[in-house]
Amino acid sequence: MESALGLHRLHFAFTVTYHYLFPQLTMGLAPLIVIFKSLALWKKDERYNRAARFWAKIFAINFFFGVITGIPMEFQFGTNWSKFAQYSGGVIATALAMEGVFAFFLESSFLGIFLFGERRFGQKIHWLSAVMVFVGSWISGFFIIVTDAWMQHPVGFEIGPDGTAHLRSFWALLGNEWALWQYVHNMGGAVITGSFAMAATGAFYLLSRRQVEYGRLFLRVGVIVAAIASVFQLFPSGDGHGQLVAKYQQPTLAAMEGLFNSEAGAGVVLIGQPDTDHQKLDNPVRVPYALSFLTYRRWESVVKGLNDFPRDQWPDNIALLYYSYHIMVGLGTIFIAIMVVAAFLLWRRKLYESRWMLWILMLSFPFPYIANTAGWITAEVGRQPWVVYGLMRTAQGFSSNVSAGNSLFTLLGFMGMYTLLSILFLLLLWRELMHGPDFLNGQERQAPTGKSVIPETVEG
Amino acid sequence: METIWFILIALMLVAYVVLDGFDLGVGIVAPFVAKGHGERRLALRSIGPVWDGNEVWLLAAGGALYFAFPLLYASSFSGFYLPLMMVLWLLMLRGIGVELRSHVDEPLAWSAFDFVFSLASILLAIFFGAAVGNVVRGVPLGADGYFFEALWTDFRVGPRPGILDWYTVLTGVLALVTLGVHGANYLAVKTEGEIQARSRRTAAAGWIALVLLTVLSLVATLSIRPRVLDNFSAYPWGWIIPLIVVGSLAAMPLYRRQGKDRHAFLASTAYIAGMLGGAAFALYPTLLPASTDPKYSLTIHNAKTGAYSLGVGLIWWSLGMVLAIGYFTFLYRSFRGKVAVGEDHGY
Repeated sequence: MESALGLHRLHFAFTVTYHYLFPQLTMGLAPLIVIFKSLALWKKDERYNRAARFWAKIFAINFFFGVITGIPMEFQFGTNWSKFAQYSGGVIATALAMEGVFAFFLESSFLGIFLFGERRFGQKIHWLSAVMVFVGSWISGFFIIVTDAWMQHPVGFEIGPDGTAHLRSFWALLGNEWALWQYVHNMGGAVITGSFAMAATGAFYLLSRRQVEYGRLFLRVGVIVAAIASVFQLFPSGDGHGQLVAKYQQPTLAAMEGLFNSEAGAGVVLIGQPDTDHQKLDNPVRVPYALSFLTYRRWESVVKGLNDFPRDQWPDNIALLYYSYHIMVGLGTIFIAIMVVAAFLLWRRKLYESRWMLWILMLSFPFPYIANTAGWITAEVGRQPWVVYGLMRTAQGFSSNVSAGNSLFTLLGFMGMYTLLSILFLLLLWRELMHGPDFLNGQERQAPTGKSVIPETVEG
Repeated sequence: METIWFILIALMLVAYVVLDGFDLGVGIVAPFVAKGHGERRLALRSIGPVWDGNEVWLLAAGGALYFAFPLLYASSFSGFYLPLMMVLWLLMLRGIGVELRSHVDEPLAWSAFDFVFSLASILLAIFFGAAVGNVVRGVPLGADGYFFEALWTDFRVGPRPGILDWYTVLTGVLALVTLGVHGANYLAVKTEGEIQARSRRTAAAGWIALVLLTVLSLVATLSIRPRVLDNFSAYPWGWIIPLIVVGSLAAMPLYRRQGKDRHAFLASTAYIAGMLGGAAFALYPTLLPASTDPKYSLTIHNAKTGAYSLGVGLIWWSLGMVLAIGYFTFLYRSFRGKVAVGEDHGY
């Protein structure tokens, strides 16, 4: 990893992995906040408004950290991956620039109105601004997915006279089938993070006997949404995304499954460690025929193993790819199990008293973060050795004019900076959790004339 | 088509510097005009609801630049690697200073947040000014369209300059003073009483430095790069730009004397637009001049993307901008008026 290429890869991987901890929660919470605002309008119940305000504060903190860690991502295409940026800019910069004009302006403006304008503009406008923040954050996600999907499965372009990719069809770029499935799968993952966080907060309030009324509300909404999203994440979204990998990135599929030799009726590996030197899987636990069926919908189909592809097409970190994929799928399966049981208890009206289940829900909130991160590692390590699949190798894409020493210097700088950010983030979040939705309940508050993006205290 | 995009991107950058310029400026002058906890909070509240949206213009302009001229983005972002990374860290620190101050109830921490906010604002202004200086002066581009600049070499303007040499330090200081005056003008509009009086005095003192530095940087620019005048002889209507600069400079103290803070703020806005517009006008059609050999310069012709993409872009960009300007008008109208001590619970 002391090579310039390795450092530039690590640089991007580190900053993007850290960044995505924040947007996955904001994109997941945004629709849940809309649910609370809608319930408040519909049922004329002030408690839903208070719940919405509480989650808006959690949202705002995450949004702020998402913004300040997101700006570096926009820069790093050029700073660390200039050859890739030059080659692909004619296509992907359309998506990135569209994110700027269609999502960022929308989000930043309506978030200000959502956080500070409830009194000034009334409940209907406030509801609308919640919807707009939701729409903005999901549009933002879409354009990023379009960018990544083009790198995974390039469409709608031609190679121009200057040797770089030029856009040929705007709609082909936006309608890339890879983008659509990846988007659905990614947003499902974000909703899982958001709803698990909500359920965990509810469980925490019930277990610690704080704000019990809101604890129940958060549990109810969190568990129902998480149960639906977890099942949806396996089928159809995960399955649909997997089909595309099987169709367009066959070496990646083989590496994800740890399949070295082609097999008819290939099984799905549940546990086992890939040994790339000897091309085998140590102590595997398999479900026979399952892989063939899942991939081609026929039990006897032949699934190609890595040895059927030239070595220079193999992903360069097979073990990491294999593990991240298995962690994602394994956790996804556990999520379904937890939430189906929790939803059953909720239906039988036993959830609030089942302390063992509340403990599980409270402690489960970190795992969607791990699953989302593992999913992205699967996608990005799986794309290797290409930066644009089949067109440009990762080794050709980095900024060869930026030395390894400079890259290491700024990587260390980001590590230090993000350590500081993490400490501040946890302090802020803990403070809001302790305040809870009932904080300052009943105190009349003056309409503010201007405040920051993160409101210090609630209005109303 | 590429000319249209050149103009659009220049306009977006001007919008960014004018908008984020005043909140950077508030950070620059806050140590001088806002005394004590109450006034510090006031200064922050004056930019609280808008600074984040202002910063979006940087992203939007950067995105548009990458979209229209991919080679320029790839070359300049990697060539200016170190200063850009520092800009990123400073933007983060500044965000922390603005947003998190009100979340701690500890006077010691307030001092720390104020210090970070002002220091980051000052350094950002200098960096942005030095960046413009680099673009006007030229960078050591190679035949492949790439370069890499160290932070400094020997501080001389030559074919192998660093990011910082005497010329770019000068433009950096000019930017610092410009944004400081702009920020002081903004605070004079948004506040009243003591802090307003100090803002006016700071703006008046800054104005003298601004006039001196403007003349100095103009002479320096003409001496290191006489070709900046070429476009003015080719398109004489361009002389309107220096007129705007001179007019806005002259207008600032006049409006100040009449107590017209809003007009003074508009004058510093016009000054910024004039200076940046003049730089863009003088550079056209060059995007990034080469200090090595003029034939390596990046221009709108050799750095542009395909015509189809530029054409489609015009459609979605116009649509997006109409929406964005709509949101901004609504946002600024909603939070118009002065901020005052005592009325705040939140900030």
